Amino acid sequence: MSKKEDEITWKDIEIGAIVTEPGSTAEYKTGDWRSQAPTYNTDRCIKCGICQVFCPEGCVEQDAGGYFIANMYWCKGCGICARECPTGVITMVEETE
Amino acid sequence: MGERIGIEVSQAIAEAAMLSNVDVIAAYPITPQTHIVEHLAELVASGELDAEYIPVESEHSAMSACLGAVATGARTFTATAGQGLELMHEVLYVASSMRLPVIMSVANRALSGPLNVWGDQSDLMSVRDTGWIQIVAANGQEAVDNVICAFAIGEDRRVLLPVMVHVDGFYLTHVIEPVIMPDREEVDRFIPPYDYPLPLDTEKPVTMGAFAPPVLYPEAKKAQDVNLRGSMPVILEHWDRFGKAFGRQYGPLEHYRSEGAKTLLLTMGSIGDTASAAVDKMRDEGKDVGLVQLRLWRPFPFAEFRNAVRDADLLVVVDRAISFGGPGGPFCSEVRAALYDEEKRPKVTGFIAGLGGRDITVAGFEDMVARGIEIAETGTDQEYEIYGVRE
Ligand code: SF4
Ligand code: SF4
Repeated sequence: MSKKEDEITWKDIEIGAIVTEPGSTAEYKTGDWRSQAPTYNTDRCIKCGICQVFCPEGCVEQDAGGYFIANMYWCKGCGICARECPTGVITMVEETE
Repeated sequence: MGERIGIEVSQAIAEAAMLSNVDVIAAYPITPQTHIVEHLAELVASGELDAEYIPVESEHSAMSACLGAVATGARTFTATAGQGLELMHEVLYVASSMRLPVIMSVANRALSGPLNVWGDQSDLMSVRDTGWIQIVAANGQEAVDNVICAFAIGEDRRVLLPVMVHVDGFYLTHVIEPVIMPDREEVDRFIPPYDYPLPLDTEKPVTMGAFAPPVLYPEAKKAQDVNLRGSMPVILEHWDRFGKAFGRQYGPLEHYRSEGAKTLLLTMGSIGDTASAAVDKMRDEGKDVGLVQLRLWRPFPFAEFRNAVRDADLLVVVDRAISFGGPGGPFCSEVRAALYDEEKRPKVTGFIAGLGGRDITVAGFEDMVARGIEIAETGTDQEYEIYGVRE
């Protein structure tokens, strides 16, 4: 659906709420669920990508410098990346908002 | 033109599903629905009915298998009763919310406990809010005709909703009645081909039964409610088409000597036949009593109902289910709610009777009418009365 999820009216709902467009769950802002966020001490990062492989949301992206950083739109703060990182780059901190 | 034959109503229902050219049946036998699915299994085994019969391990699986079948674009039928309907309860919501037109005959039965296999409408009422269209047959002919109509209604692109056709357990399922069985060609002409708009198809994949977070769930639910309410004119349209094709006209209500009557009995299902005999007797005695039977329970026919009872002073509503600790039998509560905003409204008295297969006789209806008139005159501090229970 071309509309954002909070713009969809009841008339836009497909028959039986069937989803006809692949990949539409990317719209779901799972980042809303987060109570902790990963923070990075990139000095120790060896760019191994383990955090990306283990992230259940698939939200870890590689930035221009080759570092692996979570996209906060989807990161749900589960802490798996922090646990799996072999060099202790990632620390989970409480969300304040 | 079909032939009038003597046939057990359960068998007639199975044959109505066959005449409707059903593709898939997934069902689990349970009293008093057993003869329906036994006969369907026989028809498939003998080759008379070219359909897939899926024996399943429970009613929960039966309904789940039906959903899969109907989602591929296959015309699908099942049947259940009482506890079986309860076991498939959660899947019933999935059928209606996913807009999958499974057609199901329900042989209405009392719910445990105490264990009881006989007829009442506790099961019918327990699924009232599952979002299905619910048609209540008063006799064998209505059961056959409405199974056929249910396919036309449910599969209509403007509707796409599952439909239950209710028949009273034993009172209808196990009796031999004269029934006109329509011809296969006539039924073929009446029910358009089933063409689900978004079927399961590997060429064009879709996601069915997806997740809807708070930002979408209420929109999905409103769409579903608007759809069920909006099915009313389409139901009437198919009943009219059926009337023209087969000469038997159905509507949301059935009236019997109700024109201008000051007291109206209100019933649902097979007890209407006995109630009409009671009305005849009371009319002969000069009492101004008529009968209105409700055939369409969901969507509730508010406009037709208000119109039908407009001139009455008293309604005597007979429920065959209890809403424990509630405002009355479910039928009576809805009748009251439907009339609350009317400027001129009849008094409404509610009786619960015929639970667990207890017969309601002609004298029983006369008693309830007499008691209703008494309550209307003297008042009562009770929301409803349970009729015919030994004190
Ligand atoms: S906290 Fe969980 S969701 Fe967020 S990036 Fe790490 S593994 Fe992914
Ligand atoms: S697992 Fe740790 S070291 Fe490896 S890329 Fe992720 S943050 Fe860097």
